[in-house]
Amino acid sequence: MSETGTGIGARVKRKEDQRFITGKGNYTDDINLPKQTYAYFVRSPHAHATIKSINTAKAKKMPGVVGVFTGEDVANDKLGGLICGWMIHSKDGSPMKAGPHPVLAQGKVRYVGDHVALVVAETKELAKAAAAAVSVTYAVLPHVVDVADAMKAKAPVHDVAPDNRVFNWSIGDEAATDAAFKNAAHVTKIDLVNNRLIPNAMEPRAAIGSYDTGTESYTLYTTSQNPHVARLVISAFHGLAPEHKLRVIAPDVGGGFGSKIFIYAEEVACVWASKHIGGRPIKWTAERSESFLADAHGRDHVTHAELATDANGIITGFKVHTKAAMGAYLSTFASCVPTYLYATLLSGQYAIPNIYAEVDAIYTNTAPVDAYRGAGRPEATYVVERIVETAARELKIDPAEFRRKNFVTAFPHQTPVIMCYDAGDYAAALDKALEMSEYSSFGERKSAAAKKGKLRGIGLSAYIEACGIAPSAAIGSLGAGVGLWESAEVRVNPVGTVEILTGSHSHGQGHETTFAQLVSDRLGVDINNVSIVHGDTDKVQFGMGTYGSRSGAVGMTAISKALDKIEAKAKKVAAAVMEASADDVEFKNGTFTVKGTDKKMAFGEVALSAYVAHKFNSAEIEPGLKEGAFHDPSNFVFPAGVHICEVEIDADTGVTEVVSYTAVDDFGNIINPMIVEGQVHGGIVQGIGQALAEGCVYDKDSGQLLTGSYMDYQMPRAADVPNFKLAFTCTPCPSNPLGMKGCGEAGAIASPAAVMNAVTDALGLRDVAMPATPQTVWKAMQPMKKAAE
Amino acid sequence: MENFNYIRPAKVADAAKAMKKAKDGKFMSGGMTLLPTMKQGLASPSDIIDLSGLKNSGVKVGSKSVTIQAGTIHADVAGSKDLKKAIPGLAKLAGGIGDPHVRHKGTIGGSVANNDPAADYPSACLALGATIHTSDRKLAADKFFTGMFSTALKDTEIVTAVEFPIPKKCGYAKFPNPASLYAMVGVFVAQLADGSVRVAVTGAGAGVFRVPEMEAALSKKFAASSLDGIAVKSKNLNSDMHASAEYRAHLITVMAKRAVDAAK
Amino acid sequence: MPAITMKVNGQAVCGDVEGRTLLVEFLRDKLGLTGTHVGCDTSQCGACVVHVDGKAVKSCTTLAIACADSEVTTIEGLAKNGKLHPMQEAFREHHGLQCGFCTPGMIMSAVDLVKRNGKKLDDETIRHELEGNICRCTGYQNIVAAVKAGAANM
Ligand SMILES: Cc1cc2nc3c(=O)[nH]c(=O)nc-3n(C[C@H](O)[C@H](O)[C@H](O)COP(=O)(O)OP(=O)(O)OC[C@H]3O[C@@H](n4cnc5c(N)ncnc54)[C@H](O)[C@@H]3O)c2cc1C
Ligand code: FES
Ligand code: FES
Repeated sequence: MSETGTGIGARVKRKEDQRFITGKGNYTDDINLPKQTYAYFVRSPHAHATIKSINTAKAKKMPGVVGVFTGEDVANDKLGGLICGWMIHSKDGSPMKAGPHPVLAQGKVRYVGDHVALVVAETKELAKAAAAAVSVTYAVLPHVVDVADAMKAKAPVHDVAPDNRVFNWSIGDEAATDAAFKNAAHVTKIDLVNNRLIPNAMEPRAAIGSYDTGTESYTLYTTSQNPHVARLVISAFHGLAPEHKLRVIAPDVGGGFGSKIFIYAEEVACVWASKHIGGRPIKWTAERSESFLADAHGRDHVTHAELATDANGIITGFKVHTKAAMGAYLSTFASCVPTYLYATLLSGQYAIPNIYAEVDAIYTNTAPVDAYRGAGRPEATYVVERIVETAARELKIDPAEFRRKNFVTAFPHQTPVIMCYDAGDYAAALDKALEMSEYSSFGERKSAAAKKGKLRGIGLSAYIEACGIAPSAAIGSLGAGVGLWESAEVRVNPVGTVEILTGSHSHGQGHETTFAQLVSDRLGVDINNVSIVHGDTDKVQFGMGTYGSRSGAVGMTAISKALDKIEAKAKKVAAAVMEASADDVEFKNGTFTVKGTDKKMAFGEVALSAYVAHKFNSAEIEPGLKEGAFHDPSNFVFPAGVHICEVEIDADTGVTEVVSYTAVDDFGNIINPMIVEGQVHGGIVQGIGQALAEGCVYDKDSGQLLTGSYMDYQMPRAADVPNFKLAFTCTPCPSNPLGMKGCGEAGAIASPAAVMNAVTDALGLRDVAMPATPQTVWKAMQPMKKAAE
Repeated sequence: MENFNYIRPAKVADAAKAMKKAKDGKFMSGGMTLLPTMKQGLASPSDIIDLSGLKNSGVKVGSKSVTIQAGTIHADVAGSKDLKKAIPGLAKLAGGIGDPHVRHKGTIGGSVANNDPAADYPSACLALGATIHTSDRKLAADKFFTGMFSTALKDTEIVTAVEFPIPKKCGYAKFPNPASLYAMVGVFVAQLADGSVRVAVTGAGAGVFRVPEMEAALSKKFAASSLDGIAVKSKNLNSDMHASAEYRAHLITVMAKRAVDAAK
Repeated sequence: MPAITMKVNGQAVCGDVEGRTLLVEFLRDKLGLTGTHVGCDTSQCGACVVHVDGKAVKSCTTLAIACADSEVTTIEGLAKNGKLHPMQEAFREHHGLQCGFCTPGMIMSAVDLVKRNGKKLDDETIRHELEGNICRCTGYQNIVAAVKAGAANM
């Protein structure tokens, strides 16, 4: 592997950048279709209410209004509701309690921003004006916005769950874990809140839905990370149209971070309503304030955890109880996030013999909560790494050494919570991170900071995550409604250029470059002669999309398999043309040669021969050079690493500054280090955002979203973060031929714990709530100051 | 945003006239407050009278005072070499408003006319004892700012300039709201030419206000240590999710000290 | 609806606007210049930054009608004669973009900040000057590197 050139391992500049840096990107809102109309949604101003009546008469008469639709229209048309695609069963065996989630509210609204009516008009302004004229009479009901109150709520969010509990799920061996605690020399206890976050991809969600009355088929342009899944759900569950009559296109997408995985009401409503206005396209682009209200949020866990250690500081047991907010409805993948994506990672990098975790998933009158960068794994890492750090402090063992003592060192390692770690070298990452961060001389920096009136702290986070989701049969047995394989098709054109059709979707990840690198590497084709086609259900046969850091490990493996087939077929063609046996044909650096002769053919010549089809018997070899493959992974992949953060806190104001940040990650083999580093940077900043800045706040009394814009929801800006020190270690992943793990979520998974361990170290406190805003830190310091006085 | 008539007069008198004629008119300078407010549907004027046609921009440094035309954008105030010499604290304040793009459009006239309780300029006006020049009269800052988003301006009255006496020294320290970048607490401290000291606080209360205890202490000795133990009572301060009244009260003292330390 | 004229990317354009038409709407909807993006409704994200008469402004908080007879430069107008602007080049070279949504605003802000601060820039100045631009993808490190390199080549 070399960092130059265009093959695997090279720092190839991104092919897609040309259009983005010149303003020629093609995002959904950039698209305008002939005779297009505009949508605006009437949303609930209440956190919880019964809809007494909806009067649309006035709005319908307003100028430019093309149609007004309510839940009644949706019901009359038998348009199915939004679904949650992962069945979770409670401890007692009962299925999760999924309340109805109609595309437009029917009878009740359950959070501020809930979609009540759709107004379609000739312009955005007219639609908005008419929406204001839709009059809805509500009877307000009591609401709950946090999990602490939800189980004793006066009015349940859904009748099916009278105590607002969606499920009470568990994993691990409770009796064995209890026994471990009985024999423990020391038990560390901690209560943690994983703050609710609002994803805020910079491109707001958007959709254009249209219906062709001639072909009786629908088209939906949408900001999706997985257009095929969207088509499947809209077809099979909403029942809009069979799949061959519904085309979903996700053009350039401006960031997703999970929030664009899900099938949302607005997109479905636009494509559905188009038929009812004679097929005219309906365009909707969320205003940012709508994104705040109605994109699926992330995290929102309240956790109690206990860690048992023996007299030697070896972890013997781990018990966790988490209350996870689901919001007002179960979003597409909501139920798997606080269960199989969370509790299965509670072993961290440690050999913990006994783990038991229980999760209560709880409805609240808030926006639905679903996967957000890391999805469950940041929450797991936060619990593990905060309690491990706390235990080390209580036991007066250096936190780095405490971790090292407990690391898993032999692989494969079966944890007590399903996962089987396949490869890793956790000590290697720890050593490298300690060295790069100059861990041993931290004391000097702390004293120097104290002289400036600053409290300096250091914090580690040794994270592990499971991504490259996921083995279909395994997740099927755990309740998943879909398989999580990926598909690819390789089309070699007669001139030797290559098109890759992939079910993965790039919304910033750089697939047009990394996938082309793989092809260039394998076929010896110039990288500029490779193009990547994705994001259109009419072009790509099927695909499961991009999330859970799966495009490399799963998506590229599918391409790799298809390339194997291309190579095999091309060898046959080359053999026929060169009059040799296929077994004697070798392929290297883009050239086919016949063993023991000087006969050779370039890849392009073979491609042409395959299409010209003059030189072989087409009864034996089919003309053409095109192959497809599906890849279903045999295991998750397990990226892991150690992040070390140093902060300085201004004792006067409570302002926390991240002054140093080191990340050492093991992503297995890396296709393009430049792109991987970018993914890590972005992830770390989202995690620093969670730790220090971002916190979604609903007002307890009114149920209103208080952090509904950038005026109140603090997004990390350039000046809020430092440059990061990055390095990689490498244990190739044994479960895919490329040896790749995933890198998209690691930064966001590792960093909150690293930052908060540093903050609590600086302050000498057990816990400070995230986000550790200046006010929060200042308040946390007050008792210390009082004591000092 | 609702539609409106758009007028861009070239003369102050015409602007006032247009306002008189309008059903529910609004002056607009940089629009950096007005347009966001209208986009949110919190204001829907019938007429926008764009004052940018008046072309009244510029910073003029005299022997005793500095006069800044109402239409001067924050970036030009921040960048004025003369002002940096005469009243460096004021230039620094302007350079810390919002972000570069906001500073390219927002004006001093718009800012003082708007009197946002979290705006920066009002603190400088009050601490330096500025005089607000309007189309009709001249008003001392103490009389001009009358409360939250309210001023002594009449409906058709236009701010034309703000005149700042040149102090011996002054300094500004701002604790921005981490999300919006507006002042959560901003303290402007000035030692005026006659030796008196004024301390004005923005962001913390319903409007900009002075702190007599701090002024008295600093008049005796202009040093941060003079403020030890002096705190504004939290009772009337703003409280929101970013900062409780107690935290704001604490920050006022911290920022006041930093402003004194920074004073030039 | 009044008709206005202005020079956009060096070309005279005219179009009908309402009083309330924002510059970004005029650019995107009337002129089809969709490189300028809208990322928020509170004038904070900077995805919409363009240059009006040589100054970087937020086109989502600027009336089109107030820009009559002005010179406007958008991301589409930065490359000259098919040659990328050094700042565009630097963003590619340093991987200063991922999803690309914030990128036009970032690049327009970057060009503006170099004009005001000179070609030799330290990280702190760049980071501070980018306070009006939010990026959710990159974590800023490569943007800062790109701006520094682009500045040096401007
Ligand atoms: C993202 C963002 C961040 C910001 N951060 C800060 C900050 O940190 N600190 C800060 O102080 N401000 C901040 N602002 C506000 C900014 O400084 C505004 O520019 C300023 O408050 C108003 O100036 P303007 O020229 O834009 O006024 P406009 O928005 O045009 O007008 C504001 C109000 O004043 C009236 N008005 C305007 N000019 C006159 C006049 N000459 N005579 C009479 N009435 C007039 C208008 O009718 C309107 O009611 C921020 C704004 C934004 C969008
Ligand atoms: S669109 Fe966000 S600042 Fe203009
Ligand atoms: S590159 Fe995606 S928001 Fe900046």
